[in-house]
Amino acid sequence: MDFSLTEEQELLRRTAREFLAAECPPAFVRRLASEEDGFSSSFHRGISALGWPGLVVPEAYGGQGLGFLEAALLLEEFGRAAAPGYFAPSYVLAAAALRSASPRLARSWLPRLATGEAIGTVALFEESELLDARGVTGRARRTRGGFVLRGKKLFVPYARVADFFLAPFRLGSGIPLFFVPKETPGIRIEELSSYDLTRRLYEVHFHDVRVPEEHALFPKASPWSTFDGLLLLGALAVSADSLGGAESMLERSVEYSKVRQQFGRPIGSFQALKHMAAEMWVEIEFSRPLVWYAAHLCDTQPRRASVAVSMAKARTSEVFSSVADRAVQMHGGIGFTWEHDLHFWYKRAMANRAAYGDPAFHRERVVSEGLEGRRHASP
Amino acid sequence: MDLRDSPEERALRKKVRAWLRRNVPRELRDGPGAEYGDPARIEAAKRWQRKLYEAGYVAMGWPREYGGQGADLRTQTIVNEELVRARAPSLIGMMGIQMVGPTLIQWGTEEQKRRFLPPILTAEEIWCQGYSEPGAGSDLASLQTRAELVGDEFVVNGQKIWTSNAQFADWMFCLVRTDPEAPKHRGISYLLVDMKSPGITVRPLVQMTGDAGFNEVFFEDVRVPRKNLVGELHDGWRVANSTLLHERNMLGSATRTRQLFDRLCRLARTRERNGRKAIEDPFVRQRLGDLFARVEALRLDSYRQLSEAVRGSTRPTAASMTKLVGTELNHEICALALELLGSYAPLTRRSRRAIDRGIWAWEFQFTLGMIIGGGTSQIQKNILAERGLGMPRG
Repeated sequence: MDFSLTEEQELLRRTAREFLAAECPPAFVRRLASEEDGFSSSFHRGISALGWPGLVVPEAYGGQGLGFLEAALLLEEFGRAAAPGYFAPSYVLAAAALRSASPRLARSWLPRLATGEAIGTVALFEESELLDARGVTGRARRTRGGFVLRGKKLFVPYARVADFFLAPFRLGSGIPLFFVPKETPGIRIEELSSYDLTRRLYEVHFHDVRVPEEHALFPKASPWSTFDGLLLLGALAVSADSLGGAESMLERSVEYSKVRQQFGRPIGSFQALKHMAAEMWVEIEFSRPLVWYAAHLCDTQPRRASVAVSMAKARTSEVFSSVADRAVQMHGGIGFTWEHDLHFWYKRAMANRAAYGDPAFHRERVVSEGLEGRRHASP
Repeated sequence: MDLRDSPEERALRKKVRAWLRRNVPRELRDGPGAEYGDPARIEAAKRWQRKLYEAGYVAMGWPREYGGQGADLRTQTIVNEELVRARAPSLIGMMGIQMVGPTLIQWGTEEQKRRFLPPILTAEEIWCQGYSEPGAGSDLASLQTRAELVGDEFVVNGQKIWTSNAQFADWMFCLVRTDPEAPKHRGISYLLVDMKSPGITVRPLVQMTGDAGFNEVFFEDVRVPRKNLVGELHDGWRVANSTLLHERNMLGSATRTRQLFDRLCRLARTRERNGRKAIEDPFVRQRLGDLFARVEALRLDSYRQLSEAVRGSTRPTAASMTKLVGTELNHEICALALELLGSYAPLTRRSRRAIDRGIWAWEFQFTLGMIIGGGTSQIQKNILAERGLGMPRG
């Protein structure tokens, strides 16, 4: 038994931390927040040069063929830097789903995804925001040689910069995912103004959008080409992001407490703050093994990963949002200002908590599947 | 990362499981069913430890020459997991096995190791810990019990308090002040004291639970041979700190927490609340889901620590975290159990109406004691903030 990272995984973490510290400092995050699509092509060239877009893309398609544990480690670092948030939907979720596409579709898109030449995104949710099949009301209709799609998808990350969408539509009694290039006629995109300045969300209308036969991904080969599978991977990705974000907020608060003086001494010498910081740290450290384990199960026993992912999502969401509160508190008034950087993470915590199922949703799953359903793969 | 058992580990697990199925004494399952100090309970608990030792399942990691098997950490972990699974009672000699034993292996002389380690394993000698004093709790280093070196003996005078198991222990590992002039951390020594020595008086203190679990211990000119000094004279603080680390790990044990949580789940499946099974109540489900995730996190973290220990890269503050998280989680698990019991919650095992033999009210109180013992939660937070996060000392 070994519950630790390999040297390669440690190296990936270090590389990511160094790269993001240099290329994605808070000043960059701030600048991006005011740009049209929240996207920077130079930053994108940087991550592409490191091969990260191809992390979970099989080697046969020009990727690195690594797993979700590596993706989680990388996403933790992205969360730590509050980096622009298209990475997970495109290079983890969409890439994982496309691995089970028809060979022709996979051949034409996975290599482009792996090099960063193409960006994808997932359009999973609708107005009802139901997190299971009931939430999919958009319909696919079979026509000669393909399908016609009609429906509205909400909370779609980075729809403007994406080159394609993966979206579930109802087809008879099934719910396949459909691969839809953004330029297809019938697509209309509207931005949803969000407090989270580090990510962009859109509403995407599919009005009689025509796609060919091979653009439907049926859930036979892979658990990741389904609504449930992508919900799970999304929850995992957000968990890793929250872990890194919380850690970053704690570090910033501790550093500040060492330099900020009140009553003639650094505020970090007061026990009230020490205990707050210690609690935050403990909560973060005990979230980490949940994220690692959930990612590990997604790699090794994907059909038994859902309880572990729900545990990770519920805990990291609670921890990130409450760490965020306390971090601002430890900073006092300055932490509440626009000019201080802390609010980027604070808002990301708010968004992460809600994304891919809130803590209450995931705690319920922990009980129904883990305690009653006995589907939990406990080590 | 690979969480599977190797073929050898799988075989061991199977063997241990089969042995436990045949051998765990029914009357000791699930912890104390009798008065804590009841001599019959103590004898039964000693017999159980001896039996387990003879089967080869106690302190397997200790060196062979002192009664262990030199086994790796993983082996003992598998056995511990199976013990929990079989709902086996915890060992009466735990303080010897988990605290003074590892300390002697690290700091003891060859003679001390040969003399003291084997009877710890067989439960022939039970140990208690003489650290806290009436004036030295969280500020342990301000302890006042004096030991003067006279010839080849220390003469000990003073008082210890909250000493669990002193009423039946054979030996005490004890912190005493040997140099009152030195700064407080530097004048302390670590002694092994025979509890049958003349001049020792043990007076039981009744705990909140109603059990006489801990005691006051008075020393009046108690003579302790110099060869029972562990480590250097006046250097006991360093020795003690390694014992404290072992204690923190013992108190925050993930396996014990998992055992409590499993019992809570059994309770939630059987108890009713608002006319349906408690586990069907949305409020209970939310609380259970939260606890389950945190129990699992504690366990996964113990695997992480185990993997780190195997590679020799232990995080120095990990034990404080485990103690803090584990003991508080135990208490929360018991708190939810009490809620599920409703009006039955305060009934003791002496009532025929008591559910689960009244264990939950007892555990709820006992687990609060564990939050305080071995360094309160607040002390652990100070340690984490100062040593782990580098925040300035006040």
